[in-house]
Amino acid sequence: MLNPDAKLAENIFSLEVEKRPTRDGFGTGTIEAARADPRVVVLCGDLAESTRALWFQKEFPERFIELGVAEQNMATVAAGMARAGMVPFIASYACFSPGRNYEQIRTTIALNHVPVKICGMHAGVSVGPDGATHQMLEDIGMMRMLPGMTVIAPGDAEEARKAVVAAAQTDGPVYLRFGREATPVFTTSETPFQIGKALTLWESENPTVAILATGAMSYTALEAARAFEASGIGSIVLHVPTIKPLDTEAILVAARRAGRVVTVEEHQTAGGFGSAVAELLSERHPVSVKRLGVRDQFGQSGAPEELLAYYGLDIAAIMHAASE
Amino acid sequence: MLSDDEIKKLESRARDIRETIINSLVAAGSGHTAGPLGMADIFTALYFHILKHDPTRPEWEGRDRLVLSNGHICPVLYATLAHAGYFDVEECMTLRKFGSRLQGHPERLRLPGLETTSGPLGEGLSQAAGIALSFRMDECQDVVRPTSDVGRTTSYMGGERRRVYCLMSDAEQQEGNTWEAAMFAGKNRLAGLTAIVDRNNIQIDGNTEDVMPLEPLADKYRAFNWHVLEVNGNDIPAFIAATEEAKAVAEKPTLIIAYTIPGKGVPEIEGDYHWHGKPPSKKEGERFLEQIRHA
Repeated sequence: MLNPDAKLAENIFSLEVEKRPTRDGFGTGTIEAARADPRVVVLCGDLAESTRALWFQKEFPERFIELGVAEQNMATVAAGMARAGMVPFIASYACFSPGRNYEQIRTTIALNHVPVKICGMHAGVSVGPDGATHQMLEDIGMMRMLPGMTVIAPGDAEEARKAVVAAAQTDGPVYLRFGREATPVFTTSETPFQIGKALTLWESENPTVAILATGAMSYTALEAARAFEASGIGSIVLHVPTIKPLDTEAILVAARRAGRVVTVEEHQTAGGFGSAVAELLSERHPVSVKRLGVRDQFGQSGAPEELLAYYGLDIAAIMHAASE
Repeated sequence: MLSDDEIKKLESRARDIRETIINSLVAAGSGHTAGPLGMADIFTALYFHILKHDPTRPEWEGRDRLVLSNGHICPVLYATLAHAGYFDVEECMTLRKFGSRLQGHPERLRLPGLETTSGPLGEGLSQAAGIALSFRMDECQDVVRPTSDVGRTTSYMGGERRRVYCLMSDAEQQEGNTWEAAMFAGKNRLAGLTAIVDRNNIQIDGNTEDVMPLEPLADKYRAFNWHVLEVNGNDIPAFIAATEEAKAVAEKPTLIIAYTIPGKGVPEIEGDYHWHGKPPSKKEGERFLEQIRHA
């Protein structure tokens, strides 16, 4: 059953559940953060509308900085601004930032340890028709390997807002991952969010599998758990928005209780969230870990739901992996 | 205008710094020789005349900022910081050694006095531009900072302008990021920014004009809406005069193309690109010190 402490949306399984892209949370979150902290600035690389940086620009034109199509410059200008006391958020598509400007991020933001918040939009295959060049599937791996980098993939637009606000209050560098497509808003303003904390969405009385998911995949995992329950199979769904630092306690508790783990992410299975979970469990509590994600392939054009099904990231694929 | 006496003092400082560079490189057994020697006069001019700074308060909010983009010439930065009083000159002998604050390429978190971490080329100009833009936002009071937050660099300096200097190599003009930054600084008319290119014409694989030509470098920056000056980078008063002119330019960032002689001060290696990335041996070091003292 749904975890009542998570204070999830009431109509969570209804067709009428509100759908918004997580990038909306970047727009609302940066405005909220900027109202609270005059040091917050937003830098954008010619993608103001689609990253929702435009929402911020309308509210705070003097704190919006347009860089043009120059992601390497965006990262390094932000590093300089952070060194001068600002809290810069940099917004582009994840393919370009951190895809294009990885070394700039490594040297001038991570090693230099300045509070730049890197916001990668349009992550995952659910970008859809734009195809493989624009479907970032390697960013979690790239970012979580950097010492001192916090990595967050919010589950919905509401959580994304909270994550952006929390990131602004964090001293170090943060990578935030957002999606293009509208996805169910399953959390509410009451749902707890804290960087580094996982959230149990669902817990059956006798769980035989723990489904650990990040980003919008957590909603799909929840739907799979509900379908399982209907056929008499108990499960846990643990939503893990913060991939680094990982909530090791919550993951160990879920793995101990269920004895078996499935991870779900819109990312390569190599190096991503599932890898982080497998690394933890192999050292602390070795159990079977099945990782769902894209397996050593690039994406392609198509409708988002079509692509998610093709790459094994739909309810059926999760149920199949969880019942093996 | 500097008096002859002041000029002599600065030139003598530059010699001391060159000696420390040689000593630290010999002790390290690796590192870059030509660039640091060539830039010793400019570093001297900056830290002993141009920059507003306080070695006892490296993070003093009112200081001018110096961003070293080509981090590999850090032996000259370390030697200058030491002679300026940031730390003991003796510490320069720990250059590149395990546990040292003087890393092979400068790391901000390890050593007070550094504005950034650098080494990978082409990344300093944009950081300097970001700092200059932030200062202007402060000075225009577009952003009103909370004064209670002392943990960060926050306080507005009450109209006292802090200038930002960026030192670059000439070869890093081959990096795309440099031109993204040049475009950005030109667009934003960052008059508080003075960039300096060490135009010594050498890079690892040979002369810049053979490896990947940069000329006409001044025209390129002018086309990016910069004010451009060209000076002899081994002439301390001329370099200081150029930085003074830059302060008077209100609508544009300024680029100073400083022509320097790589290996300057050690006649036997002056202008030789083979000395870009290697240190002198102990024996060579002794010879080089002799030449520096008699320059």
